[in-house]
Amino acid sequence: MPTPIPWLLALPALAGLSFLVLPLLGLLIRAPWSNAWQVITDDEALLALRLSLITATVAMVLAVLLGVPLAWLLARSDLPAMGWLRAVITVPLVLPPVVGGVALFTVLGRSGLLGWPLYQLTGFAFPFTPYAVVLAQTFVALPFLILSVEGALRAADRRYEDAAATLGARPLTIFSRVTLPLIGPGVAAGAVLAWARALGEFGATITFAGNFPGTTRTMPLQVYLALETDPSAALMLSVLLLAVSVLVLVLLRDRWVNRW
Amino acid sequence: MVTRDRAEGGSGLVAQLELQRGDLRLAVDLRVGPGEVVALLGPNGAGKSTVLRTLAGLLPLQRGCAVLGGLTMEDVDAGIRLEPHHRQVGVVFQDYLLFPHLSVLDNVAFGPRARGHPRAYAQQLAHTMLERVGAAGLASAQPRRISGGQAQRVALARALATEPQLLLLDEPLAALDARTRLTVRGELRRHLADFDGAAIVVTHDPVDAAVLADRLVVIEAGEVVQTGTPSEVARRPRTDYVARLVGLNLLAGTGSAHRVDLPGGGAVHTADSADGDVYVAFRPAAVSIFTTRPDGSPRNLWLGRISGIESHGEGVRVEIDAAPQRGSSILAEVTPAAVAELGLLPGAAVWASVKASDVEVYPR
Amino acid sequence: MIGTNPRRAAASVAAALLLAGCGNTASPAQTSPSDAVTGGITVLAAASLTDAFQAIATDFERAHPGTEVTFSFGSSATLATQINQGAPADVFAAANEPTMRTVTDAGAAQHPQIFVTNTLEIAVPRSNPGNITGLADFADPAKKIAVCAPQVPCGAAAQRVFAHAGVTARPDTLESDVKALLQKVQLDEVDAALVYHTDVVAAGDAVEGITFAAARTAVNRYPIATLTGAPNPGGAAAFVDHVLSPLGQARLDKAGFARP
Repeated sequence: MPTPIPWLLALPALAGLSFLVLPLLGLLIRAPWSNAWQVITDDEALLALRLSLITATVAMVLAVLLGVPLAWLLARSDLPAMGWLRAVITVPLVLPPVVGGVALFTVLGRSGLLGWPLYQLTGFAFPFTPYAVVLAQTFVALPFLILSVEGALRAADRRYEDAAATLGARPLTIFSRVTLPLIGPGVAAGAVLAWARALGEFGATITFAGNFPGTTRTMPLQVYLALETDPSAALMLSVLLLAVSVLVLVLLRDRWVNRW
Repeated sequence: MVTRDRAEGGSGLVAQLELQRGDLRLAVDLRVGPGEVVALLGPNGAGKSTVLRTLAGLLPLQRGCAVLGGLTMEDVDAGIRLEPHHRQVGVVFQDYLLFPHLSVLDNVAFGPRARGHPRAYAQQLAHTMLERVGAAGLASAQPRRISGGQAQRVALARALATEPQLLLLDEPLAALDARTRLTVRGELRRHLADFDGAAIVVTHDPVDAAVLADRLVVIEAGEVVQTGTPSEVARRPRTDYVARLVGLNLLAGTGSAHRVDLPGGGAVHTADSADGDVYVAFRPAAVSIFTTRPDGSPRNLWLGRISGIESHGEGVRVEIDAAPQRGSSILAEVTPAAVAELGLLPGAAVWASVKASDVEVYPR
Repeated sequence: MIGTNPRRAAASVAAALLLAGCGNTASPAQTSPSDAVTGGITVLAAASLTDAFQAIATDFERAHPGTEVTFSFGSSATLATQINQGAPADVFAAANEPTMRTVTDAGAAQHPQIFVTNTLEIAVPRSNPGNITGLADFADPAKKIAVCAPQVPCGAAAQRVFAHAGVTARPDTLESDVKALLQKVQLDEVDAALVYHTDVVAAGDAVEGITFAAARTAVNRYPIATLTGAPNPGGAAAFVDHVLSPLGQARLDKAGFARP
């Protein structure tokens, strides 16, 4: 006798899938394919796409470098303050990105807490540079990486670390030669999430980095601007961004995630 | 003291381990000489693995000390505590815990590398160790693709590659099937015999303990309840757990000459004479069963009731309640033929007898 | 007032309101209430109208008891898109004529009337860290300059004044709306931005305005119209009338708008 449970699961699963896929399908259907070539070979669009891919990748690397040690601290430290720390770290997830951009100004802006002395000493300020784009993207992408890696660390078998310690490995050696390889899939998944989040970043970027072609105008900003003048071109640009990100995600999935 | 203490001067392991961990209060004194193999035997939750973890430095002591080869690894009073990576201790973990992302060779080379040896030397050493345990052919294999028996050998090679003064093995044979276990047990015995440091094997299998170890240390609920050579422990158990483990009937009583009075009113006659608080022990096979009161008058003859019958190897174990006294029970081992002949059934009243010369008596 | 004529009651409330002093010269006769006016009125208006329109709505609701004005402020282009997609609204007030034209062309609105104008002005942080004196400073690459992107109305206007003044602007960011420009001025992250006079007025003390002659060449004209699909046509017409009335114009004056 067939049990009713699969259907109870299948129906909402199907509804969930439709909810995610149908809007994308709508985008594809409404996109003006007749002038597709013109839109996606437009110099400004390609410039924006190139900037997006570069900054999102740098932001991902930065998120891994900063996020993995932080996730380790969260997963392994039993200090009572860790609960609060975790809450603070997830704040960028709920913060409207535009507010995140303003928050970045207060620290790294020309008259920010750290930005002001930097500006006074070197004449350099982050805002309106590609570095600001990377910082804004890292700010919003970092929590995704941390949560993903922390989950992997908690799920990992810590006895391997014990084994490494008895073999004479120091804590840093254990981390780099045992822990990190063991949580590799979790780090890879977190990095992919962070990359995707960085690629789609809009609010913090437009606030903190500004919007200038070739310097700070990433693909989402290009799409937003196109919406003002030529909504159909905006649709086409969205499709382009979508296609490139799906392509990269599929390639990464095959190269990284399936290795484990 | 029955224990032969081979630890002398600054060599071997001398440890007083005390700590509270959850419900377990551990207080264990251990001495293991160089070249000696001690089996740590005990029921689940007795604290066996905790002992290993403290010695490896993975769990700090709350009181006491641990000295290895004259070097103090830990001394709570003196505020000394060496981190695991500074101890000359090798561990073979229960599930072997070979690093899944490294080849067998790199697993074995991990220790020498971590201790600062150059890569080429570490790999050469790893090769030598793998050869020694007969696993040289596995060098380039991935740990997940080798069998349990092979993994055990590799784990041993990995632990030995750091040239430890103390080797700890946590249930080294528990993960293996019966056939592999037999072979690996023999190999492990040979490797442990060759090892010139101190070795501690944690096990709950008395056969493993008897084959691998020179001396047994039995712990229950965090305390040492008995130590001795395997044959001493097997002949003269001191707790119900050990008695069950070695398959003996064990009773406690008060001896006066050749008679031991049991607290419930019964008595056991012995060939040897003993006075004061004593244990008496006898093998189930030494117990004879009769359905009617036997002729003559054996010195130890008790009327009881069968509460259980089950096969045990080639024989049959019969549990007899109310013998030698109300509230206790003994095991008898008879042949399947005898069971059929006598028509033994649970609930039947039977006579059980043991020759006084088959009863071991020793002080409590 | 129990038992009195509701029409007279409404008129007396309106009179009392004017006596209470709105600081303007409007006479009660010119804001004669219509007895058909009641119910909810939905107004979509350009974001720059926010403060003035909210004050106007308060006046309007007092003059017409039983009405309730609901606003949706945003970029004119976004609002126009919403109207053309069938958003149920009564009145549309745009920040420029081309945007209104997309709505009238679609048949969603008729007979737009210009009700205010707005001119560009240089906004600098209160301390004027870049020592900005006029439009010529916008060509200095050493200064942090923000203007609107050419694709949006404020950017198109900026291009016109630069062309007329013969200034080759060297902006660091091309923002998609004036609020984003103003925010960066307020945060002291740019030395100068080209915004509307009304924005400088709204920003208060944090921002200084610098006027320049070429601003005359790019006067922005704001059209307002009732929508053909208005659920409350009577209310829509009354609201537009109120905006065009001296009382409405006084509110707009106060916000810095000029009369057409």
